[in-house]
Amino acid sequence: MSPAVLNTIEVFLNGLMAGVMYSLVALGFVLIFKSSGIFNYAQGVMALFAALTLVGFQTGQIPFAHLINVVFGTDYHHWGEGMNTVLAIILTMLIMILLAWIVEKLVLRYLVNQEPIILFMATIGLAFFLEGLGDLMWGANIKVLNVGLPSGGSFWWEDVTRTWASEGSDYYGMYIDVLDVWAAGIAVVLVVALTAFSQFTKTGRALRAVADDHQAALTVGISLRTIWVVVWSIAGFVALVAGIMWGAKSGVQFSLSLIALKALPVLILGGFTSIPGAIVGGLIIGVGEKLFEYSVGPMIGGATENWFAYVLALFFLMFRPQGLFGERIIERV
Amino acid sequence: MIYREAGDFKTSYSADQQTFPIGFDRWTVRVVVIFAFLVVPFLINDYWEKSILLPFLIWSLAALGLNILTGYCGQLSLGTGGFMAVGAYACYKLTTMFPEVNILFVVLLAGVVTALVGILFGLPSLRIKGFYLAVATLAAQFFLVWLFNKVPWFYNYSASGQINMPEREVLGFIVSGANAEPWATYLFTLLFVLVFAVIARNLTRGRLGRSWMAIRDMDIAAEIIGVPPLQAKLSAFAISSFYIGLAGALFFGVYLGAVEPTEAFGIDKSFLVLFMIIIGGLGSIAGSFIGAAFMVLLPVLFKNIMVGDFGWPTDTVQHFIFMLVGGLIMFFLIVEPHGLAQLWRITKEKLRLWPFPH
Repeated sequence: MSPAVLNTIEVFLNGLMAGVMYSLVALGFVLIFKSSGIFNYAQGVMALFAALTLVGFQTGQIPFAHLINVVFGTDYHHWGEGMNTVLAIILTMLIMILLAWIVEKLVLRYLVNQEPIILFMATIGLAFFLEGLGDLMWGANIKVLNVGLPSGGSFWWEDVTRTWASEGSDYYGMYIDVLDVWAAGIAVVLVVALTAFSQFTKTGRALRAVADDHQAALTVGISLRTIWVVVWSIAGFVALVAGIMWGAKSGVQFSLSLIALKALPVLILGGFTSIPGAIVGGLIIGVGEKLFEYSVGPMIGGATENWFAYVLALFFLMFRPQGLFGERIIERV
Repeated sequence: MIYREAGDFKTSYSADQQTFPIGFDRWTVRVVVIFAFLVVPFLINDYWEKSILLPFLIWSLAALGLNILTGYCGQLSLGTGGFMAVGAYACYKLTTMFPEVNILFVVLLAGVVTALVGILFGLPSLRIKGFYLAVATLAAQFFLVWLFNKVPWFYNYSASGQINMPEREVLGFIVSGANAEPWATYLFTLLFVLVFAVIARNLTRGRLGRSWMAIRDMDIAAEIIGVPPLQAKLSAFAISSFYIGLAGALFFGVYLGAVEPTEAFGIDKSFLVLFMIIIGGLGSIAGSFIGAAFMVLLPVLFKNIMVGDFGWPTDTVQHFIFMLVGGLIMFFLIVEPHGLAQLWRITKEKLRLWPFPH
């Protein structure tokens, strides 16, 4: 094969990997949207918050150290060596569950039956709140997250692909980040686990019932409030996984919360209510934007990744407003 | 006691249909406008101009624009930052191409250019709505900012990629550039805001505004009773973008003087204006002003208290303000989903009966 073809394949593969990362965030959106009809803008910030908390526990930071120091004139920063990664992950998960509970208790409970747009705005408010809280608790500097996942290019894959190139061509092999492959694997496990959970457990069945029809679910004795706490906890878990993956890839920083915006076109392509849709949508967006940047980007000045996903979603919407796997939109007066 | 309509008789249709039917409102607005035009220019200094009055006025104009689109016509838009950038760059290109044209007309023309771009990006709204439309407008936001970064023609091939506003005069007074006096820039902006607030108020209670509201409340039903959705939606996009374009042109030309698109017109600006109209009140002209005042003054106030009085570091205060703004948005949505304007309306209802309620 000629290097040009191989390069295209490399771009394609990297696009798939990037797509998996988008899907990870989009998954959390779909979960909450399905069960409560809330479009949770805060999903990206939840990922950031989870990653910040995880790093904080790992390195043994004192929460609100800056604030305490400012108010009381002390100079605290760390309480010790930090803790084991597994323990830190479990503690972070507990925090995310607590967060879900608080959100239900203080915000969602009062907004039942409001219009979707009001709920959407409320989650934007939540996003701002969490962003400020995260920075105030753990500091705003960029942090390195290391949970022991391997990273860096795969030499094995480089060697394999070098043999594919035609004789005498100057080809150095493909670059694939091992971390991305891990992320893809974890995403698959996550999807399988979530599907199994919603198909085979009692809570999962209740979740699907709520997604189908709130009122009917209430009449058969399913507590909406409990379900919402459960759903937000699961979304918190997905946010934690996404936060770990993105954090390990590009450091824990503010821009992490912006991936929520990238997840929007993914959702539009896949449909707001479909878990497989979130995955497929993510892959299409990931591959699409990488290939576009590779082929057309140099001609028009590059950095097309900023907007390509949205424009793609826009054109897609013209032809299929409900997304690839979404339910048909039926409107009545 | 003074806030009542008893004895306030109307003898003609025009008196009955005036913007402020209650005498007290009418007089309050008159006094405020006279104060703003005749007293404030003599008191204003650089600090008040740059950190309070100009941002308040310009963001009010942007909020008015978005409120027309989102509050009155029900089309959620996250492209405000992008449209403001169009206004700013149109103003820059026009004023550098035709330096002899008065800046007043340049700003208005910048609004017209933005309106055209707004129609273009409003086209998808004929087929999609709600969150889907929000994503479509995100495409406008990111694409436009990218465009102004990448195409050198827009920034006149300047080495820094920035655009700088040249000095321009109105009636012999400098209103843009470094040598402009605070009172001149203030009056220039105030004039635009006042005129277009009056126009917006009258648009929204006329035929056009009613067709927007019909589309907002239920588009299919509106279509059936004979409101043309194409006209209604696209006119909302055009007029809203016109206002936002004006705001963008003033933001660049009069307030900042030099901008770089990613920094000045990023997605955070779109959210800022959206927050203003949520907190102020969707579908309310007064709400746009209240919301803008709230979002502009709150950070200034907290900065002054926390940094100035408590001596906290700026970044901690910044995070605090984030938390506070987020918390307040949720609080207002819970207490009063229709915003501060609705709270004010309720207060007025109470005031009419005070001190002898039923």
